[in-house]
Amino acid sequence: MSNDNRMIIDGEEVSFQTGETVLEVARRQGSFVPTLCYDERLDPYGSCRLCVVEVEGRRLPASSCTLKAEPGMDIRTGSDSIRKMQTTLVEMVLSENPDDECPRCRDIGTCEVHELADHFDVGRERFLGEISNASKDDSNPFLLRDYDRCISCYRCVRICDEVEADHAITMTGRGWNKGIATAFDGGLMDSDCTLCGQCIYTCPTGALADKKMVGQGEIPGEVEVTRSVCPYCGTGCSINLHSRDGKMIGVTPVLDGPVNEGALCVKGQFGFDFVNSKDRLTRPLIRKNGELTPVSWDEALDYTAQKLQSVLDDHGPKAFYAIASGRAPGEGAYMLQKFTRAVMNSNQIDNCSRG
Amino acid sequence: MSNSIPEIEDSKMMLCVGTNMTECHPIIAVRVKKAVRKGAKLYVVDPRKIPLTEYADGHLPLKLGSDVALFNAMAKVIIDEGLADMDYINERTEGFEELKAHLEPFTPEYAEGISGVPAELIRECAIEYASAESAGIYYTLGITEHICGVSNVQSLCNLALITGNLGKKSAGVNPLRGQNNIQGAGDCGALPNNYPGFQQVEDPVSQAKFEKAWGAPMDPKKGITKIAALDHAVDGRIKAMWICGENTLVTDPDVKHTTKALESLDFLIVQDMFLTDTAKLADVVFPAAAFTEVDGFFTNSDRRVQRIRKAADPPGKSQPDWWIISNVAKRMKTLVHFDYANSEEVFDELASLSPIYAGLTYDRIEKGDLSWPVPDREHPGTPVLHEGEFLNGKGKLQLLDYVPPSENPDEEYPYYLTTGRRLPTYHTNTMTGRSGGFRILVPNEWLEVHPADADRLGLDDGDWARIRSRRGDVVTRVAITRTSPRGTVFMSFAFPEEVMTNFVTNPDVDPITETPEFKVAAVSIEKVEAPTGLGAEQALRADPEEPGVV
Repeated sequence: MSNDNRMIIDGEEVSFQTGETVLEVARRQGSFVPTLCYDERLDPYGSCRLCVVEVEGRRLPASSCTLKAEPGMDIRTGSDSIRKMQTTLVEMVLSENPDDECPRCRDIGTCEVHELADHFDVGRERFLGEISNASKDDSNPFLLRDYDRCISCYRCVRICDEVEADHAITMTGRGWNKGIATAFDGGLMDSDCTLCGQCIYTCPTGALADKKMVGQGEIPGEVEVTRSVCPYCGTGCSINLHSRDGKMIGVTPVLDGPVNEGALCVKGQFGFDFVNSKDRLTRPLIRKNGELTPVSWDEALDYTAQKLQSVLDDHGPKAFYAIASGRAPGEGAYMLQKFTRAVMNSNQIDNCSRG
Repeated sequence: MSNSIPEIEDSKMMLCVGTNMTECHPIIAVRVKKAVRKGAKLYVVDPRKIPLTEYADGHLPLKLGSDVALFNAMAKVIIDEGLADMDYINERTEGFEELKAHLEPFTPEYAEGISGVPAELIRECAIEYASAESAGIYYTLGITEHICGVSNVQSLCNLALITGNLGKKSAGVNPLRGQNNIQGAGDCGALPNNYPGFQQVEDPVSQAKFEKAWGAPMDPKKGITKIAALDHAVDGRIKAMWICGENTLVTDPDVKHTTKALESLDFLIVQDMFLTDTAKLADVVFPAAAFTEVDGFFTNSDRRVQRIRKAADPPGKSQPDWWIISNVAKRMKTLVHFDYANSEEVFDELASLSPIYAGLTYDRIEKGDLSWPVPDREHPGTPVLHEGEFLNGKGKLQLLDYVPPSENPDEEYPYYLTTGRRLPTYHTNTMTGRSGGFRILVPNEWLEVHPADADRLGLDDGDWARIRSRRGDVVTRVAITRTSPRGTVFMSFAFPEEVMTNFVTNPDVDPITETPEFKVAAVSIEKVEAPTGLGAEQALRADPEEPGVV
């Protein structure tokens, strides 16, 4: 980093890398800069204007998400006039939102708009206006589309394009009539949409939400978020597992997942609740008089060990065969091959890669 | 994969072969689409007009199983046009002169005769591939699930070797693995010929290493594959089998044969989350915890070892796989160490015995930044394999001949059937089918038929048809689509309770890997009346003896 790459943020001299935006530098520095149309995975868009900052020597405030950091810049992020502008902007955004309870805030976690409303301690009273009544009755099983709450940040359109490269939705109309639509403005299932759900997790409001997670608010306890890896194909996308009271309630993409960088497909996003399926096996079973019968672990383990020991003693190592799973964690595969080789004394093991 | 997934985005040319990526590896497809946006060329080689073709500069709709003829012809074009990378060939490969002579008859016109792909398109694809600064080959089971699967892969390797595209960023030969940890299962030594880390079981040095580590004698001979094991079960040589997390009965070709094999066993253990069709035949069923309920690791297609973590409680008394197996071991007559306190101890033992994992710990795989080989604790991982030199010295160019599929259309079975997955139904649907909403997206199986074939067969969209092969038959709905080429029909195998597709598929295998030819079977198709009383929840399982029995 050359010495030239230094600037001032809120009175402190900081260094930055060429190509960084003022928003990135300011946030790294710890300054509070609110945003609504910004998502680190997307190209800067500059439409919500919440990230405005004062730039020494410029008459008007500038949106910091689109402003490239330059040597010698002197930036103020939190002056009274900036805060006043931001407060007003949040109030205007809220004025378009219905005043009933936001289901996303209730069941999933506070949405960005309501987080900012709380931060600036404002409501929708000041600019009471019309509601767009643009909600879509969409019959798809995964994505709630409540466009009454849409604030036209277009993060959904941009994530569909820039991150998923699907381009299934677009902006239509102008002014008051602007909105989000598929080609021919039908339901998502009749469009190019693959229902990957990534628009939900960039949406800063309750306009888009996970139908599976909405309604799970009844489960007691806090939402716990645990980083893991998708159990489907061999891509290895990083996912966050959301659980409440020891029960899985949802999945979100990990933004810095090295393979997926915050993208997921329909299976990774919504295909997790097989783990909660009522027909999960819960106890070991042994066939007794032709029927699979629940037994204790002790009985199942003893019985199995004794049967395998007699197969080994009576018929030799080659009479046993093991098939490891290509879906279960690796520790199980390691254990099964160690068991086969060191206890059953053969290399009679494979996994499911041959079909 | 020889190269990492993020590198795809900077590739200049992508040759995608037998990989329905947008449906089967959607997030890898995202990288491909982004590369196209940046100006990369994309050529798709696939019998079907899969969605990826919409992004492609060229689609080579080859006849099922004609890959070797096609790629040999591409290699010949590259050499004849003077586009081969002679410095790379001289330095890093052997057998070039022999290959050149061998390819003499493989003209694009000859390949057109076999594959049905126009010679001009073969030429164009070859020239684009060889001219690009970095060209990557991506393939899936469309290449490997053939009786000539190994030759298919080698014919692609030849292309990479003669153009210097192996051991280079954003290039390489890249199989996309179909399951989250299928790479990891092999890495761990769940293979009949390899200890953990692909150390050969027939190598005396490796045998001695594992005898010492585990304190037990090692079998000096490699084992048989799963496919052969099922035959040995039928003839009584194998008496007991332990199947972990695989629905063998449904996933293997020729279900009648698999059923017979599993029923012949004296003792079958199945370890699973669900009472699958396979588990229903078992003598002991162990309830396994799900991936959300355990700590552990998955290794993905680009050899990235990644940590998974417990987020929820396992239902009832289900337990992690490693716990179940080690606790059976502890009750047998053995002195081998099976006393593990947690999954991390298991991982550490694996890393201590596998040179490619030697530098890995749970701490180091925290965020999945490392692709093996990671030989020591300071090693930064190996996203690109074969940089500088190959492990075994020189890359050997292979002399390959075209071998037709083991079954081809004839008068009695006039159509090709090929099988695969659809985006919302994963494999046999044990996971997606139990997750809310997916059965709304894809409620049932259907047969994809080209309009011209549908005309000839008198089929309309939504009609029912019987698909019959030499092994059995199934009944399913019909969808008329131009995705399937004329003469070739397509089905998935995601609704075994309704349509057991693998009654029909072909169990003939590649002689080296013993992978069955799931991708090609000769079938007949006839229109039938809709089965009576068929509701969404009712099972229709067609059986060769009792066709269409509900």
